[in-house]
Amino acid sequence: MTTEHGESTRHATVRAPAGDGAQVVRLEDAAVRVGERTLWSRANLDVRAGEFVAVLGPNGVGKSTMLQVILGAQTLAAGSVQVLGDPPGMHNDRIGYLPQRRNFDASIRIRGVDLVRLGLTGTRFGVSLPLRRAARERHRHERRRVQEMVDLVGAHAYAGRPIGQLSGGEQQRLLIAQSLVSGPALLLLDEPLESLDLPNQMAVADLVAEICRREGVTVMIVAHDVNPILAKLDRVVYIAGGQVVSGSPEEVINEQTLSRLYGTPVEVIRTTKGRLVVVGEPDVTHHHHGPHGEPLDDAHHHDAHHDAHHDAHHHDGARRPEEGRGSSST
Amino acid sequence: MSVPPILVPVVGLSANPLTDLRNLLSYPFMVNAFRAGAAIAVLASAVGWFMVLRRQSFVGHTIAVVGFPGAAGATLVGLSAFGGYFTFCFLAAVLIAVVPTTTGRAFSDENAVTGTVQALLLGFGFLFASLYGGNLNGIDALLFGNFLGISNGEVVILAVICVVTVAAIAVLWEPLLFASIDPAMAAARGVPVRGLGAAFLLLLGLAAAGASQMTGALLVFALLVMPAATVQQLTSRPALGLWMTLALAVVVTWAGLAVSYYSPYPIGFWITTIAFAGYLTSHLPGLVRQRSRRRRHRQQRP
Ligand SMILES: Nc1ncnc2c1ncn2[C@@H]1O[C@H](COP(=O)(O)OP(=O)(O)OP(=O)(O)O)[C@@H](O)[C@H]1O
Ligand SMILES: [Mg+2]
Repeated sequence: MTTEHGESTRHATVRAPAGDGAQVVRLEDAAVRVGERTLWSRANLDVRAGEFVAVLGPNGVGKSTMLQVILGAQTLAAGSVQVLGDPPGMHNDRIGYLPQRRNFDASIRIRGVDLVRLGLTGTRFGVSLPLRRAARERHRHERRRVQEMVDLVGAHAYAGRPIGQLSGGEQQRLLIAQSLVSGPALLLLDEPLESLDLPNQMAVADLVAEICRREGVTVMIVAHDVNPILAKLDRVVYIAGGQVVSGSPEEVINEQTLSRLYGTPVEVIRTTKGRLVVVGEPDVTHHHHGPHGEPLDDAHHHDAHHDAHHDAHHHDGARRPEEGRGSSST
Repeated sequence: MSVPPILVPVVGLSANPLTDLRNLLSYPFMVNAFRAGAAIAVLASAVGWFMVLRRQSFVGHTIAVVGFPGAAGATLVGLSAFGGYFTFCFLAAVLIAVVPTTTGRAFSDENAVTGTVQALLLGFGFLFASLYGGNLNGIDALLFGNFLGISNGEVVILAVICVVTVAAIAVLWEPLLFASIDPAMAAARGVPVRGLGAAFLLLLGLAAAGASQMTGALLVFALLVMPAATVQQLTSRPALGLWMTLALAVVVTWAGLAVSYYSPYPIGFWITTIAFAGYLTSHLPGLVRQRSRRRRHRQQRP
């Protein structure tokens, strides 16, 4: 099922190590069960250092759970997983993680910049008084690093304000800074673009891709809509119908592969702007009962995102190609 | 501590505040009260600062209420109320820490059950205190605070508990802050969020018991919540905020002690009132800013 990744890398020219760097995440014949239910099985995945990987699929198929597996918080029912060369959970200090949908209560009176700093110092027990030179040096270094990350995500203007009073998008930027501040080798982002408006989606996607390239960080990003990140992707992991497919975007997001995954014919349209639109994917994916595809009709157009139930918060113009770019969020 | 063994000297205020202060400190029981007050204020407000951040006020209050029948029961069987508070509050904290919760964070949404248990415990406390001899002063002291008759030994114990708690907070500072603000992320980074939560509950047990000694079981929030809530209005820097909270709590407690020495009302009432005044004052800058903004807004429109 895995399509080995190599020459077809989009950024092979820009990023030398992609595709032949060290192994960062490896799943072999992996299966995950929550309760009685098998979410997905026989997953094979091989993510190399420096790659930019999207994890796609409809709601509830186990995308977040895949990140949990990589963090060692969810055990496999079958198969094996290796992260940074070892069983998962052993190198979590080298993994940056952005959980899905995290909002801070308005009553929390802690500055954004403190939140970022905790990404660096929050695991450290003990008292570190800046008495010795070395300790002072380290303090200064940490402060500079935190400031660097805050600037990098463009949060300078509001990092000093209480985190609970910031907008969802502002919080999201600070959280990305937090997940980056410790200089991780692997960055796991669970729907980081979700609460952002379209220009900000593009900006944050560019930012993450830029960091991935510049600092050689491997990025796995769970996304709702592939289009903002499509141009930067080395690899796509697509979960649907209890199966996991991985490969280059072209190899995965095509009619043949997706129809096989969903077990029902789906159409993939490439708009003139280069956006991908998946048409006719089934609404519900209770794969263990067998996918019940619904008849193709125009009411079921979808972008290459997969949220039939949450249409309301995702309209980005290209969703319904026949309507052009005139819909709600633009 | 519930039954004051010392008669309160009836002293009026003089014209000179310095004389008053010297007067105040000429009594050993008053000196002990100030010492104990400082230790309790630091203990309670430091833990309280985290309690507010973690939004676990309900647990804090529950633990304090458990202390009431503990202290009353201890007096009834001839032991000290001091030990009764600490034993019961600490045991309550252990129990809460051990019993698994659905949400992972103790008592965040089990208000109905806890509320019921609280009512029952208050009832028992009242019963014990009545059995002791219908001494209503005793009940007042247990519920609303008392600063008389703190022994030298008790001051030492309070100081030790205070130092241990502050040291624990210093050592746990970064991870506890992380786990309190952002538990999901902290857990992913390998911070022992559950263990820290349990450890914090034990500290909260000590803090609630300590605060009860001064403010009474019902008014513990005067030291657990109010200083932290006040300082939150003034700064959102964590370390600075904690220091300011400690300082404010000590000032409020000492002021409460001084005032209640000259007044017939219980110490808990005075600490609460002074702390609340501070809380209101901390809102002033925000209110003024809002008003002037509104006025400016109005002026801009013709
Ligand atoms: N701890 C758990 N116990 C039981 N079921 C769980 C648990 N965690 C997740 N699940 C279930 O597993 C399924 C997959 O969850 P997951 O969060 O991985 O989905 P997802 O692909 O990330 O979906 P979304 O796009 O909505 O975020 C869901 O049906 C969810 O209800
Ligand atoms: Mg998810």
